[in-house]
Amino acid sequence: MKTAVIVFPGSNCDRDIAVALESVTGTAPTMVWHRDTDLPDDIGLVAVPGGFSYGDYLRSGAIAARSPVMRAVVDAAGKGLPVLGICNGFQILTEAGLLPGALMRNRGLSFVCRDVALRVGETKSAFTSGYRPGNTIRVPVAHHDGNYVADDATLDRIEGEGQVAFRYAEPVNGSARDIAGLVNAGGNVLGMMPHPERRIEAAHGGRDGRALFEGLLARVGA
Amino acid sequence: MKLRIVVTLKNGVLDPQGKAIEHALASLGFAGVGEARVGKLIELEVADGTDDETIDAMCRKLLANTVIENYRVERA
Repeated sequence: MKTAVIVFPGSNCDRDIAVALESVTGTAPTMVWHRDTDLPDDIGLVAVPGGFSYGDYLRSGAIAARSPVMRAVVDAAGKGLPVLGICNGFQILTEAGLLPGALMRNRGLSFVCRDVALRVGETKSAFTSGYRPGNTIRVPVAHHDGNYVADDATLDRIEGEGQVAFRYAEPVNGSARDIAGLVNAGGNVLGMMPHPERRIEAAHGGRDGRALFEGLLARVGA
Repeated sequence: MKLRIVVTLKNGVLDPQGKAIEHALASLGFAGVGEARVGKLIELEVADGTDDETIDAMCRKLLANTVIENYRVERA
């Protein structure tokens, strides 16, 4: 499976996700600069990486979400291309309107940087197909603005429609209903604050993130 | 022409920074401090005659996230 990784000024997990994708798919992703207006042909996934795009100016992810390449990402997502946003990438996907809600300052106000336990939700998305619903996995978080907020009607809807991909199994940042990651209605767009790309090999201290990529690869194709 | 765009959190959206300010003021000994809410003030220079619709679009498309924020435009 060919993949692409978007690179913004201030992205800092673009290399981590590139290494993870190459490890799982066997092919190095194409790195796509934020000023580009097209994505490569024949890709099975586009990843929006973590970091501090545009220095988190205005709001985390706000400026990146309006960059030229994101128009191509939004178009491709509408046609069903899998899109994965991690950490700042999740913030960018909400700012771009691909996922509902918003990510605000952590309730405790502190930057949180540690391993956390997550419970896998029950979705129809390829992104969670490598896990079983209810599985607990441990992956790191590293964020200041990970407090997921949406109105009650939206929260009820995404829970009812099976769009909650991951929940925190411990207090982390004050997120509504412990939401750590969610998919869109079509299941092809996943945003999550924790970093599965940092738990790919035993040398990382665990491989709990690997199944996310392997599950997607198995579903979307080689 | 100069605009002042005031961006505030919607009612019901928890504001952790506002809460921290409330607690800090209380710990400084100021009594009677109620709720604090933190917003943003954006001063913007635009061409004279820029119409309201365009200014509103700037706010909706970028300056405010209308999922969590309200905005109002003041002409200086």
